[in-house]
Amino acid sequence: MSDIAERVKKIVVEHLSVEEDKVTENASFIDDLGADSLDTVELVMAFEEEFGIEIPDDAAETIQTFGDAVKFIKDAQ
Amino acid sequence: MRRVVVTGLGLVTPLASGVEKTWERLLAGQSGAGTITRFDASHLATTYACEVPVGDGSDGTFNPDDWMEPKERRKVDDFILYGMAAAVQAVEDSGWKPEGTEDRERTGVLIGSGIGGLSSIADTSITLKEKGPRRVSPFFVPGALINLISGQVSIRYGFKGPNHAVVTACSTGAHAIGDAARLIQWGDAEVMIAGGAESPICEIGIAGFNACKALSTKRGHEPQKASRPWDADSDGFVMGEGAGVVVLEEYEHAKARGAKIYAEILGYGLSGDAYHITAPPPDHEGAERAMRAALKRAGLQPSDVDYVNAHGTSTMADTIELGAVERLMGDHAGKVLMSSTKSATGHLLGAAGAIEAIFSILAIRDQIAPPTINLDNVAAETAINLCANAAQKGEINIVQSNSFGFGGTNACLIMGRV
Repeated sequence: MSDIAERVKKIVVEHLSVEEDKVTENASFIDDLGADSLDTVELVMAFEEEFGIEIPDDAAETIQTFGDAVKFIKDAQ
Repeated sequence: MRRVVVTGLGLVTPLASGVEKTWERLLAGQSGAGTITRFDASHLATTYACEVPVGDGSDGTFNPDDWMEPKERRKVDDFILYGMAAAVQAVEDSGWKPEGTEDRERTGVLIGSGIGGLSSIADTSITLKEKGPRRVSPFFVPGALINLISGQVSIRYGFKGPNHAVVTACSTGAHAIGDAARLIQWGDAEVMIAGGAESPICEIGIAGFNACKALSTKRGHEPQKASRPWDADSDGFVMGEGAGVVVLEEYEHAKARGAKIYAEILGYGLSGDAYHITAPPPDHEGAERAMRAALKRAGLQPSDVDYVNAHGTSTMADTIELGAVERLMGDHAGKVLMSSTKSATGHLLGAAGAIEAIFSILAIRDQIAPPTINLDNVAAETAINLCANAAQKGEINIVQSNSFGFGGTNACLIMGRV
């Protein structure tokens, strides 16, 4: 797994208090990992902070799964 | 009028987490004060406070993990965590955990706070200034709002009755219990979870109360001696933190389910000073009116009162309150017991009235009045037994708990044995 994926996973595990092995490519933050809409806002903020990027609101709405997040961040860098 | 009784108690205080441990240490004359550990306070005029003893949960320590999941806890200010912990204790103690829709709709929550999420507001202001608005957490607002203790407790247990909160500075806890009792008397609910919580021990909290000249500053070398109500050498109050929550229940409802009944809420009185934003009037006539109103509501005379838990903060207002109680008691003054438990717990602001109502109830249960510690030289002579430095045994059936707040807001609760 790439360094970016590892760092994203660490944030997800920490913020959502989920087991690491639950954070799979297609795991949906809301449907599979117990997040609510406020949690997803905070996750996006944490990604921005960690990777020094800006994720506009309309883009943030497309980030539904762990895989979406990793892909978005890779593309943004 | 429907009768209201107390069927559950919960405490998080600087003496301990839990009702029995706190009570045991209070009766033993222990102090919850110490040098502030939560942050570096060495640059402040006051360097000490009464902090909740955080630990693994053993021996009365407060383990945050015992009360809220780490994921949820991260999203709330400490006053909500304390309020939740005290509410869970009280609900568990009462045994009232309804599953049915109607029972849940007849159970409400009314837990207040004097200030709410002060440290969250301060920290978020710094984030806003340093990193800009996009770094403000989505949990900042719901984690700092005062009524979110009531909200969180209702979500946890599915209590769908009245959901409310009180904000009356240092009278909050007493007003919350009094108002909640009235909701039951009026038939808006059968059961109410009521009380107060506070977490003001942060840099801006200490600095703010220092600016009001309200806090003790002179006893950095012996913090445990700093809170000394009615003592000639008192120099201000000592900040405390924590929460007190009770379960209030309509009497027949409690009896029908065989609940353990601690006491009855007999009277509740309120008044305003209309005098000054932080100081009481020299005769504290507003406080006296609140006490008289509570007794009138209870249908009792001052001479019926066995124990008074005073507001007694360790400031110049203590002797003013003492004067008002002396006028109220008249010839009975020599027979009543009165103490200020803030000498041991410090001043928990919005939680004070709630934890002190609980101490008053326990005084009935165990027939003993907790002491006023650090009372070495009484500032004003009085016929009232101030329980100086030792708990006092006595026949205690009717108790009175006084609370007065900034803004000139006074509350008095009268409780009695059932």
